[in-house]
Amino acid sequence: MESDIRLMKGNEALAHAMIRYGADGYFGYPITPQSEVLETLEAEMPWETTGMVVLQAESEVAAVNMVYAGAGSGKAVCTSSSSPGMSLMQEGVSYIAAAELPVLLINCMRGGPGLGTIQPSQADYFQTTKGGGHGDYRLIALAPSSVQEMCDFVALGWDLAFKYRNPAIILADGIVGQMMEKVVLPEQRPRRTQEELIKQCPWAATGRTNGRKRNVITSLELDAHAMEIINNNLQAKYKLIEDNEVRYEALNCDDCEYLLVAFGSMARICEKVMEMARKQGLKVGLLRPITLWPFPSKAIAEAAKNAKGILVPELSAGQMIEDVKLAVNCKVEVRHFGRLGGVVPNPDEVLEALRNMMNE
Amino acid sequence: MKPEEIIQQGECVYKKPTLLTDTNMHYCPGCSHGVVHKLIAEVIEEMGAEDKAIGVSPVGCAVFAYNYIDIDWVQAAHGRAPSVATALKRLNPDNLIFTYQGDGDLAAIGTCETIHAANRGENIAIIFINNAIYGMTGGQMAPTTLLGMKTATTPYGRRVDLNGHPLVMAPIMAQLDGTCYVTRQSVHTPAAVRKAKAAIRKAFENSMAGKGTSMVEIVSTCNSGWKLSPAKSNEWMIENMFKKYPLGDLKNE
Amino acid sequence: MKKEIIIAGFGGQGVLSMGKILAYSGLMEDKEVTWLPSYGPEQRGGTANVTVIISDERISSPILDSYDVAVVLNQQSLDKFESRVKPGGVLIYDSYGINRVPERTDIAVYRVNAMDATFEMQNVRAFNMLILGALLKVCPMVAVESVVKGLEKTLPERHHHLIPMNEAALRRGMELVNE
Repeated sequence: MESDIRLMKGNEALAHAMIRYGADGYFGYPITPQSEVLETLEAEMPWETTGMVVLQAESEVAAVNMVYAGAGSGKAVCTSSSSPGMSLMQEGVSYIAAAELPVLLINCMRGGPGLGTIQPSQADYFQTTKGGGHGDYRLIALAPSSVQEMCDFVALGWDLAFKYRNPAIILADGIVGQMMEKVVLPEQRPRRTQEELIKQCPWAATGRTNGRKRNVITSLELDAHAMEIINNNLQAKYKLIEDNEVRYEALNCDDCEYLLVAFGSMARICEKVMEMARKQGLKVGLLRPITLWPFPSKAIAEAAKNAKGILVPELSAGQMIEDVKLAVNCKVEVRHFGRLGGVVPNPDEVLEALRNMMNE
Repeated sequence: MKPEEIIQQGECVYKKPTLLTDTNMHYCPGCSHGVVHKLIAEVIEEMGAEDKAIGVSPVGCAVFAYNYIDIDWVQAAHGRAPSVATALKRLNPDNLIFTYQGDGDLAAIGTCETIHAANRGENIAIIFINNAIYGMTGGQMAPTTLLGMKTATTPYGRRVDLNGHPLVMAPIMAQLDGTCYVTRQSVHTPAAVRKAKAAIRKAFENSMAGKGTSMVEIVSTCNSGWKLSPAKSNEWMIENMFKKYPLGDLKNE
Repeated sequence: MKKEIIIAGFGGQGVLSMGKILAYSGLMEDKEVTWLPSYGPEQRGGTANVTVIISDERISSPILDSYDVAVVLNQQSLDKFESRVKPGGVLIYDSYGINRVPERTDIAVYRVNAMDATFEMQNVRAFNMLILGALLKVCPMVAVESVVKGLEKTLPERHHHLIPMNEAALRRGMELVNE
């Protein structure tokens, strides 16, 4: 079969990838710079073809609780938003993590704090990887740096979410959301039948059939000791994910004297910085975390083994840098470079920061 | 003689609905929740919808409804039951989806979700327990608390200038194009219980028939919160609550 | 082959869609392409610009300091991007509304009177295709056939009757280039 190559925006690729995954539902609320997700789904009318439900909710608060419910009934459901909207969703995200529901979340980050700007940012790293909502929980966080990855991570996110009964999030930003690139769309997968769904998700609230115990989707347990056991089980699951699901891309890391660590669109800028530096004879490598949680700590430590310094460029005041420092145990100098509030640096600026680090 | 010999099948005129579990209810003696739970269990059983029903429990006293009615449940965040029900019904259109919400859940923190789900005409049934007080958190003011009524946060009685007016939800819901059935019932007498049951049945049937959103408000007592005996609570409800929240159908299409 | 291009002008001049057509043409030739617009309120009448990268290899940064080619369609864009053309690169500008012409001598500068041509043609909507024609004349990075093929793929069937007009504008644009 001829592969389906298209030119589309990252946000549009997300929508097409959902339909082709055989998704059951999408619930969202418009916010720049990710509104094309809902717009594309409404234009594609998947309810006419695959039977996928698409609904514009009255708020992000409603939307996140809709996906909580959808996943509670075993369905493959997704919501997407951008930073302020994600903040609104955090209570629901905590419930989803606590009830161990396989929801796919997408945050197309913009500059904050507050209402902030609509330009790209990566300042929701802490929110995504360190909590956001209340309680000890983790999201499987995937950071795409191309439109193809926006497409591919929809399937990867859902696969991981169902595998571990854990929410997964695609942490994108205004650049990968708004940028158009070549993308190879996957083949259309059929939606699961209800029989397949029940087999895959015997825990789901699908209606209690005769002889089965009732399924209850809840995060409430008033007995502290019982709640501790629930928490310990969650932690054991998180350990399993940490052991098995770390993903990253390493470029020129074998011989590097200086290492760039960057994710998402910033990693694309850094790839150019690395090319420019290598042309000038500088031994620079790039390590791009693909999973922000679980974080590729070992890979970073390995890549930095012989490095004189690490530069962590971020579209934030320095968030992922904390995890990089922990990864190398402060054995190597780790320095931050960032632009804030929606400003995106040119490769030149980053190269200059790298050179400054080298010359000190 | 053993009980089984006395209660022979042909003579049985009443039994606990099979969908009510044996778990001891945590509700206070005299609380309306237990009666309404029983009615829901009976209606689902009579409709033969055990395998179709998915209940949405709220935050509030009824959070543990899932321990008492033997069907599948999704416990919702505070106020979000209509959103949860929306997605359940849209993704599972053959299922019977209902929410069970108190006045704080439905009329304070969840007003937005309640109105929008109803306005979209989601094919869900909303059971609204209005006892004009926050029971679980210890008797604080609800949006539906009557003027002059003493609560933990209105210790000298609710005042318009301080606390605003009681929020009357049923007429708001009735004027929305998406609702097909809005009614106010109570469960303080056997006759009222029978009417309430018929209303719940109608709301559930509307959900299955795809007629739009139904809301059954049950004007209820909270004798613990009201600090009255169960009998006195009923009297107080008739005298005061029914004036502000009169029983009957507001919309029946 | 790798071309890093900026196209900048007023919102409404068809800057973004011209970039899109160019990117799609690259796709038709199985090249790697990236299209990154300025987005937000500026799309609605202010200045708009789009970065297009066409390459035989994997594309790194969509954010660039300097460009192989700048296509500027108003004075603000000329002021902003003239200095950011790589030495030896190309600058193409439409003369309409320009009161300060490009000054650099280390790049190749081309003037295109496309706006004037649209007045002659009485078809202001042909503007961005005239410009694209001029661009492809100066930098033949994709074939005209690929542009047409791209239009056939992207335009809905009901708009296919407009393709010959667009192709004609493209070819007319190629004749408008002045060194």
